[in-house]
Order: sequence, then structure tokens, then C-alpha cells
Amino acid sequence: MTGLLRGEPQVISAGVGLLADAVELQAARVTRVDWSPPMAGTADDLATVLRDPRRAAANELAVRRMFGARAQLVDVLPARDALGLRPGEFLHAGPPITWQRASGPLRGALLGAAVFEGIAADPETAAGLAERGEFGLSPCHDHDAVGPMAGLVSPSMWVFELADPATGRRCYCTLNEGLGKVLRYGAYSPEVIERLRWMASVLGPLLQAAVRRHGPVDVTAILAQMVQMGDEAHNRNRTGTLMLLRDLLPSLIESGKPSADVAAAVAFIGGNDHFFLNLAMPACKIALDAARDIPGSTMVVAMARNGTDFGMQVSGTGSRWFTAPANTPEGLFLGGYGPEDANPDIGDSAITETAGLGGFAMAAAPAIARLVGGTVASALATTRRMYEITLAEHPLLQVPALDFRGLPAGIDVALVLRTGILPQINTGMAGRVAGTGQVGAGLVTPPAEIFPAALLALAEAAGSLVRSRPDARRS
Amino acid sequence: MTAEHVEARAGAYADSVTLMQISAEVRKHEGVQAALIAMATELNLGLLPGLGLAAPDRAGPNDLLIALRARDDAALAAALATVEAGLLARPAAGHGPAAAPRTTAAAVRAAGRGLVLVSVPGRHALAEAVDAVEAGCDVMIFSDNVPVEQEVWLKDLAAQRDVIVMGPDCGTAVIGGIGLGFSHTLAAGPVGLVAASGTGAQQVLCLLDLAGVGVSAAIGVGGRDLSAAVGGRSARAALAALDQDAGTELIVVVSKPPDSQVAAGLRGYAATLATPVQFAFVAAGQPDLTAAAEAALGALDLPVPVWPQWPGAAGSGGAGTYLRGLFSGGTLCEEAMVIATGWLGAIRSNIPLQPDWRIDPNVVASGHTMIDFGDDELTVGRPHPMIDLSPRLDRLAAEAADPDTAVILLDVVLGHGAHPDPAAEIGPAIAAARQLGQVQVVVSLIGASADPQGLLRQAGALQAAGAHVFASNAAAARFACEAVAVRA
Repeated sequence: MTGLLRGEPQVISAGVGLLADAVELQAARVTRVDWSPPMAGTADDLATVLRDPRRAAANELAVRRMFGARAQLVDVLPARDALGLRPGEFLHAGPPITWQRASGPLRGALLGAAVFEGIAADPETAAGLAERGEFGLSPCHDHDAVGPMAGLVSPSMWVFELADPATGRRCYCTLNEGLGKVLRYGAYSPEVIERLRWMASVLGPLLQAAVRRHGPVDVTAILAQMVQMGDEAHNRNRTGTLMLLRDLLPSLIESGKPSADVAAAVAFIGGNDHFFLNLAMPACKIALDAARDIPGSTMVVAMARNGTDFGMQVSGTGSRWFTAPANTPEGLFLGGYGPEDANPDIGDSAITETAGLGGFAMAAAPAIARLVGGTVASALATTRRMYEITLAEHPLLQVPALDFRGLPAGIDVALVLRTGILPQINTGMAGRVAGTGQVGAGLVTPPAEIFPAALLALAEAAGSLVRSRPDARRS
Repeated sequence: MTAEHVEARAGAYADSVTLMQISAEVRKHEGVQAALIAMATELNLGLLPGLGLAAPDRAGPNDLLIALRARDDAALAAALATVEAGLLARPAAGHGPAAAPRTTAAAVRAAGRGLVLVSVPGRHALAEAVDAVEAGCDVMIFSDNVPVEQEVWLKDLAAQRDVIVMGPDCGTAVIGGIGLGFSHTLAAGPVGLVAASGTGAQQVLCLLDLAGVGVSAAIGVGGRDLSAAVGGRSARAALAALDQDAGTELIVVVSKPPDSQVAAGLRGYAATLATPVQFAFVAAGQPDLTAAAEAALGALDLPVPVWPQWPGAAGSGGAGTYLRGLFSGGTLCEEAMVIATGWLGAIRSNIPLQPDWRIDPNVVASGHTMIDFGDDELTVGRPHPMIDLSPRLDRLAAEAADPDTAVILLDVVLGHGAHPDPAAEIGPAIAAARQLGQVQVVVSLIGASADPQGLLRQAGALQAAGAHVFASNAAAARFACEAVAVRA
């Protein structure tokens, strides 16, 4: 026994207040747990999963692997080369979905991408092809990739290639287009296509030359620094973007490309506060992919939305998606848009929250607390609340305002169900109607029902191990 | 030969309050003669000569100064370990109070390790207990209705992590002088208790208290610990802990009737310990709890006092011939039944001594009956009858109204966690019952002399209501049986 009979005990009380009162009356220090019952119907599965003999070690391993991963930007190249995408093949955000069930912004992005690829002359033709099932659609997450919002990736788009130098694990993400009328928010007007063409013909090759000249860029290190400078790496990437630019600028200048192109590229990156998002996301995925497929682990390794469904993957249940209809974010709206214009939650960008950034890092980003409809106090409270549902504190990503406490990372399905606290996601809002673009930004949570479903799967996987009673031990 | 350590640690920073706390903590170490843990400002460096320590070679205000002098290398190493632990400790993050923790895991993270007390509904207790054990905390599970396979699993996990699980259904414990659950105000003393029975332990502890003998610790292990299924897992851990404890001169194991193999195994294990162990199993042919307390006094070479009793009013002589027991304590009920069955034969109960004596506890039955209102099936979704007296008060009236009732036997348990003034509710109910049914009422009053409810005040109020009051449950049961036997 660890010192049970030595020293004056501090008591931690979960349950009846009267018993805690009685201890306090004896002048002992008491910490009270604000306990509430787990989500309805989950008690038995919880008891099974908690007794899974693999759980504690599996979660420790998952956390160790997640924290041990490093992400470097090693190259920039077309998706056809990086991912082997062929004409007519498209990747999208979130769990698998068909054109028939796809939301407005995903449809809009697909139409725009088809026009961009030259498969269809115009969006109407593209819609006809999509109706007839002529496009290949699959999730980014199935191809070592992630995409914000609609997450559309087509063969001619250029992608960042990130790698973990220790394991060689790779992850890919497109270049960020900026805000407003952009493909990832479902816009597909000529200006959108025009920008994509410039990105593929000028920006991509220029970044490729710069990265190859510079050598690997340590994205994980930038993440650690930007979090101390007001970014949460989902809705605020301003510092990260400028730090990337700082690293690459000499190589851009020395790339030998026309100075007008360099100037345009620098202006584009510097003018797009979200440019670094498309590096933060694959960096998060590299870390979380390292934690995948550990039997018995209850840690969430992906949260992603396709605009219709919210999907979640858990380390201990492999590549299975737990899905339910996506919630619609609440927050602030651009111009004349209002709640009725907002599409349900969309994008792979919740990979940042899964890794402890985004909504989990609100305490690090007071500057955008109001953007997502909160206050500085609520931002601090949000991050603190997320410690309740996470397995660990990030050793590198630290929050100055919380005395450099590490960010809450590694969402535990069991803790979500026990506390009823859902992961907090910061997000942009796409217009419901295809072609609209961004309408606002705000906060959203996953649909609660995916967590009991994941717990059930974990309980089924643990079942035989738990039922076999350990032998009575006689010392 | 003193040992010194002076270091200016570059790039390490902690705020001055934290550093002062660490310094204070280090100075508490035996063998530490001087300690200064501070940022290496000129002011702080200037303090070193006064402490008899030389300043480090290069030190600036951004360096952390760790300067120690101790009796020997071991004391120095211990002091340094305390410094490192203090520097690693999580700061209480500022900017307003953090919300209360929502799980035991979060509470331990915020407050550090402690003894975890779990009293959430039984089907949810496992999660909090797992949090405690995995964080290296001893845990007391007050909750009942925890499945036995979960109990066995938890206790095995606890053995791996070198902590103890007290419970489930652990009603009482005394750890480090603090009473947990239903417990009493007790002085420190030489007796260590291992209790697989909450109220049984309370009876022994209170009698020892009345004899002027204190307790080193009372480690509850849960009512099922000595069953065949659980195999005494926690009882062994508790015996080992008490055997290691310098303050424990005598160990008393209190339990409801254990599984015979488990009991034999435990006796065998106890024989290997340096500390003498006495067993008090409440069962036919075994000494009762009062006798166990007397045996403990004997083992300590202390005199046995006359156990207090407060005589009440005689019954007015109704026609009833049966004994009716209404208990909040399971072991007290069991002890009373063991005694009464020797006088009166079959005692029917919801926790019967023989299977065919089982009755539905919710209705007044014929014959001699005793009901344990604290039994699991009667406490689902409601407070324990030591807190909520109303079910027993209702039943007291019903039994008094039964013309067959001659004597009603009650327990009244005082102490922390129990009703703040039970006599104020039970006293009037006893008076009313006596008037209604011409019954005699006998009370076993389980309390320590310094309990918050006031033992003497409670006894006086119950006596004034007409009850015969005894500090010994066994004595109360014998008195009740005698009164019934006289009538029969």
C-alpha cells in the first residue's frame, strides 16, 4: 500500500456530498468531483471497456506515439504524382459519401474541380457526369491526406508533402486558397477556377523550388511556437503563416523564378492568414496516424465531416467510421448571411482538435475568441474543459495563459461518455447552397451518438478478454 | 561530515512564491541544515554567506539558485529530490478558478494523490475506482450494488498497483485519524481494525472508545471480501499494511460469517505476521462483538469496564409475544439474530441465518422478525437508513400496531455521516409506538463519547422516550430476548 497509513490524508470524494462534508468537518483537505452519470445506456459497455486489460497500456502507447511524431514539409508536388490520382478521381473531406447524399458545398467543390481539371466544360455538364456516377469519390483520410472544408483534391492540384523523419510516415494536403469565394467552401465561379489554375501553374512550382532549395521545414516546431503567439491552428493561423514565409522567403527569392511571380506568391501567402492551416492539418494527421490501430486503445484518431455526416475513427477499432448526421455550427456570419444559410459541419480540419489544437487550444488564441462568438474567459474555460476528456497534456504545444500547461490531447471515448463533455471544434461555415462560399465561422461539436457507438465497438472487441475471470491470487 | 550542493541552473524559472514553498518544504526534511531555492538575484546571492554556503561561479538573475547543506549525502539527496518534485509540480493555472473536476482522474491531476472516496451509484462506481487505482491512489468504495466480478477485478488491479481497494459497500474506515463514511470521533491508539463489516467495526470501535482505548486505523474491506468469490484479497493487503504500521499493537479482524476456506487462509496468513491478530466473526458459536472488544482489551492487559446502559420504562403488558428487530446496520442485525435464535428459535429476516427463514422485508410478518434496512435491495435509489430514518420510523409504527409484537429492538448509530440528531426523530416515534401498542422498545446505541451528536444527550433523549438503551448491541439483544421470553 502506498503510504495509506502515513501522513494526514487528502481525500478526493466522488459522490454523496454529505460524506465529503463529514471529512471536511474533521479538518481534512477534500477535493470534490463534480460527478454526473455517464451518457444514458453506456454503463455496461463502460464497465467492459474500462476492464479491458489492454486499455491502460494501449492508451499510453497511443499517446506516446502521437507525441513522438514530428512533421516536416519535405516537398510540394501535384496530387497526381503524390497520391497517384487519375483523371476523374477526387478526394473529399470526412467519411465516405456519394454524390446523391453530398451537401451543397461538397457538390459545388466537386463541380468546380471537374471544370478545373477540364473534364467538364462547365458546372452543369459536371453535375450531369456526377449524377451518372462517373466520378470516383473517396475520403482524403483513406489516402494519407486531409482537406479543409470540402477537402476536394483533384489530380492537377498541388499538395504539400509532409513526412515524419523517424518513421517515414507521410501526409498530404492541398495549398490553401484563401477566404471568401473559394472552392473548399463550395464556390466554383470563374474567379475560383482562375485562382486554382494560378496556384497549379505558378504557386505550386515556386513553393516546390523553394522547399527543395531550403530543405525540410519543421512544421511541428512552428506549431509549438505559433500556439505561444496567439494561433490555435484551426481558425487562426496568422503567426504560423508568417513563420513559414520567414523560413521560405530566402529560398523563394533565390529560386531563379521571375521576381513578379515571387512577389505575387509572397503577397498571396502573406495575405492569407489561413495558409498554414493546410500544413497544420497534415502535421496533426501524421501524429494521430502514428497512434492508429492499437488494440484496446480508446483514443480518437480522426474526426472529420463531409457536410452531411460527422465521422470519427478510434485507435482500437481500426479504420471503422462511427458516423451520424453532422451538427450545424453556431457563431458569427459574414455580410448578410444568417443561420439559415449555413451548411452542416464540413471538413477534415477537426483533425486539429483531435490533436489538441483548434477548439482545444482556445486558451492560446484569445484574439479569435470573439470571432467564434466567445469571450477570453470562455476561451480559457473551453481549453480547461477539454482536459476532462483527454488522456494527456502535449509536451510541446503549451499555452502561456495557462502557465505553459500542455494542450489537452488524445480524446478518450470513455471520458467523453463519462463526463458528457463533447469535443469543442472551431470551424468555418460554408453556405448551404452550392457555389456560395464561406458564410461565417463558429463553434460546433460532434453528434453525441457516435461516442456510444464507438464504445460499443470497443466493448465488443474487449468482450472475451473481460469475461475471462482472472485466477484468484493467493500470495 | 556535512554535504553541500550549490547550483545555478540556467534557463530554469519559477515564480518566487513557488520557490518559497519549495524552500519551506525542503527545510522540513530532517538533516537539512540550510536551504535556499530562489532566482539568483544579487539579493539572494547575498544571503548565501549567511547560510555558510559559497556562491556559485557564474550566476545571474535568470538562473535558478539551488543551495543546500545537509547532515549527510542521503539527506542531501532527499532534499534535492524534493526540489525537483516541487519544480515539476503543476502550477495552479491562474485567471479565475478552474471548474470543479468532473472525474476522479481529473481531480487527482488537479489536487495530487489522495485517498479516493467513491459513493456514486454502484453501477457507475467502477470508473471512478479505476481512475483512483490507475493514478496510484488507495480507494474506499462506499457504494453498494457493485457487481462482484468488478470487485475482484478491481482488487487484482489494486494489488498490481500496490494500493488497496476498501469496499465496495465499505461503510466505515479510519485512516490517518480521519473517519470516512459512517465513522466516529476516536482517539489515536494501539488497535488496528480490518473490517469486512461496517457496523460490526463501528460497534467494536465504539466499545473500545468507551473503555478509553483508541485506534491506529480501521481499514474497511467491503462486506464481500471474505467470501469465496473475493477470497479476502483486500483483507490480506490491510493486514500487511497494519503489520507494517508502528502504531498498531493489536489487529482485530471483524467480519460477518466468512467463507470457511477464506477464513482459514486468512488465519494462516495472520499467523505469519509480527503483530498479534484477533478474529471476530459474527456467527453462531462465536464470541459476539462485545466479547471481541473485551478480548482485545484483555490482549492489551486493560480492564473491561461495565458497558453503559440507560434503563427505560417497563412495557404495560400487552398480549404480544414476538420480537421485532429494525436495524440500519447489517452486522448488528446479524449479531442480534445469532443471539435471539438461541433464545427464541427461528428469526425471520431479509438477511436470514437460514434460507427458509427468508421474508419479504417490505411487509410486517408474523413471528419473530428482524429486518436489515441497510441491505442492498432496500437502498437502491435512496439514502442509507442511518441518514434517512423515515423507512424505519414508518415500520416502527406498523410493528407497534401489530398486537403480536411484544418488544421492538432498534439500533441507533451515531458518528460522522449519520443523521445529525437521530434521537430527535426516533425518540418521539418510540414514545408514540409505546403508547399505541404497549410494546417495550430496546435500543442499541452505537456511538463514541465524542461523536458530534453527543452520546449522552442521545441516550438521554431515547431513555426519556421510554426506551431501554444499551451501548452493547449484544446486551440489547439479550435484554430484548429476556423481555420476550418473560411474556411468552
